[in-house]
Amino acid sequence: MQLSRDDLKNAYTKMRTIREFEERVHKEFATGKIPGFVHLYAGEEASAIGVCMHLDDVDHITSTHRGHGHCIGKGCDINGMMKEIFGRQGGLCKGKGGSMHIADVSKGMLGANGIVGGGPPLACGAALAAKRRKTGGISVAFFGDGAFNQGTTLESLNFASVYQLPVFFVLEDNGYAESTSSDWSIGGHNPVLRARGFGIPGERVDGHDFFAVYRAAEEAIKRIRNGEGPQFLHIEFTRYYGHFEGDAMTYRPPGEVAEVRNFLDCLTFFKARVTSGGLLETAIFEKIDTEVARLIDNAVADARSAPPPTTAEITTDVYSNY
Amino acid sequence: MGKKSFRQALNEAMRQEMERDPNVILLGEDIAGGMGAKGEQDAWGDVLGASKGLLAKFGRERIYDTPISESAFIGAAAGAAINGLRPIAQLMFVDFFGVCGDQIFNQIAKFRYMFGGKATTPVVIRTLFGAGTRAASQHSQCLYPVFAHIPGLKVVVPSSPYEAKGLMIQSIQDDDPVIFFEHKAMYDDAEEVPDEPYTIPLGKAKIVREGSDVTIVAIGRMVQLANQAAKTLDNEGISCTVIDPRTVSPLDIDTILASVRQTGRLVVVDEASPRCNIATDIAAQVAQQAFDALKAPVRMVSPPHTPVPFAPELEDLYIPGPARIQEAATELARYSA
Repeated sequence: MQLSRDDLKNAYTKMRTIREFEERVHKEFATGKIPGFVHLYAGEEASAIGVCMHLDDVDHITSTHRGHGHCIGKGCDINGMMKEIFGRQGGLCKGKGGSMHIADVSKGMLGANGIVGGGPPLACGAALAAKRRKTGGISVAFFGDGAFNQGTTLESLNFASVYQLPVFFVLEDNGYAESTSSDWSIGGHNPVLRARGFGIPGERVDGHDFFAVYRAAEEAIKRIRNGEGPQFLHIEFTRYYGHFEGDAMTYRPPGEVAEVRNFLDCLTFFKARVTSGGLLETAIFEKIDTEVARLIDNAVADARSAPPPTTAEITTDVYSNY
Repeated sequence: MGKKSFRQALNEAMRQEMERDPNVILLGEDIAGGMGAKGEQDAWGDVLGASKGLLAKFGRERIYDTPISESAFIGAAAGAAINGLRPIAQLMFVDFFGVCGDQIFNQIAKFRYMFGGKATTPVVIRTLFGAGTRAASQHSQCLYPVFAHIPGLKVVVPSSPYEAKGLMIQSIQDDDPVIFFEHKAMYDDAEEVPDEPYTIPLGKAKIVREGSDVTIVAIGRMVQLANQAAKTLDNEGISCTVIDPRTVSPLDIDTILASVRQTGRLVVVDEASPRCNIATDIAAQVAQQAFDALKAPVRMVSPPHTPVPFAPELEDLYIPGPARIQEAATELARYSA
């Protein structure tokens, strides 16, 4: 692993952007200005960024209902994202998708997904097309511990294995499918072994540790690009908020989140590791934090002042001709 | 030109489009057949043989036999479409849509809208449907109304080999997702089909026969039966227009309304279960938009609201036939308020 100063700054900036974005969405949601539901990615940043740093424009990702972090990882426009979440004109999907369907196909981001397990088959298809069209692209299917028990995901693991498709299956295990523990719901209790049963190699990493995710993703993606077929990664971490905003989280033991925030937070861990190694200085982080806060401030202000979609938009974009 | 079966017409349409556009691929269970087995490759060419022979011409880079995993390969067709291909996925029997419904209804159908018009998903899902082959309850349904209900999908139900070829080529070239319904009992029907490629637009009904007393709208295989009934009725002095909508989504209601304004009488023949089918939809639209033109109530000819029965005597009773169509049209022609 050779992370340059620029790589490290970039990694931190993007993780910080996700954190700030989500903390602000949390606050804005509480004011009632954001319609519908939002599912926040705070606490999981090392996964999206540790994986997406190895991707470029020819690569595709599919995401989940908790998709803001993946969007930022894949380079979606922050202002367009915020407007989309507010349901405003200028949103990435013109305000017609919202948080759960936020997408930017031009960036290879094939959508957050309101359906648990909705993404893996799509990732297989994008990979099949990449292989057939020889674009050199790969697909990453991000999915949660809940989706790991869905037929769509299991079918996709098999399909990708049978056709040796360039797909990276990334299981983001935050411990809970809604309120149900992943320790309980994943039969066999060993996701890596399950993937191996499909002939797909994989490993488990601590998702609080950016460097562990980065290294594992780097190796897996290298194998995929070498034509070695689909790979699997089980990333364990903790989500800081509820399943959705408003979830009272009574199913979690008291202090669970606070403990992780205090002792395992991926951003704190990253800073400590990088500063103690003398790779970046504390002042750099402070500067990035300030810049990111300003970026998100602007995005929120922009979204708040943006007009709603025009009424004519209700009947456009259904078919290619209307 | 020459007589071709429904199966051959479909095969020719797919072959010509695959020759024209290297981005067209096929995916499905036994779409060639024999994958990984020690015997013949292209053993089936899909379950009823419509893609037989394409493997030899286009190879495994274009034709993907899949495990029995409808969610995986229907969803993969969508992902491949977003990434530049034009997949034709074969959902063996439409009765199986339940195992991949999410990928069709929530993913394929909605990408364009949810993503603000920035996604194009040119997928064709070919699927077999219909009663009359003793295939019983789980392999005989007419589920096109279920798909017509979903905005974002186009739903094509061809009524003959000629129609099948032109509509299939158009469906492959269309930028929207299309569910293409192929009636099993029509696979060996043959008629004159041009050798060269041609298209039939989606959303434009065909007036199969023109008459002045009763308008009969019929869907898919029912068009033939309605035509037979109309011939008999003609001998009895009742002159019927027969309309084939060709696609149930979009539905060419204008052609239907124009005819109803001339005849004042409407029979809709639909092989789908009678509740919330295409006949009820057409009846409702005509009632809303041409009530003044109606000289008699609208009649719907559909099966009973039951699963498709197995015993041949029961299945024959289940399927709407020419006799029921004649009866309905005659009743309308003689109706007086």
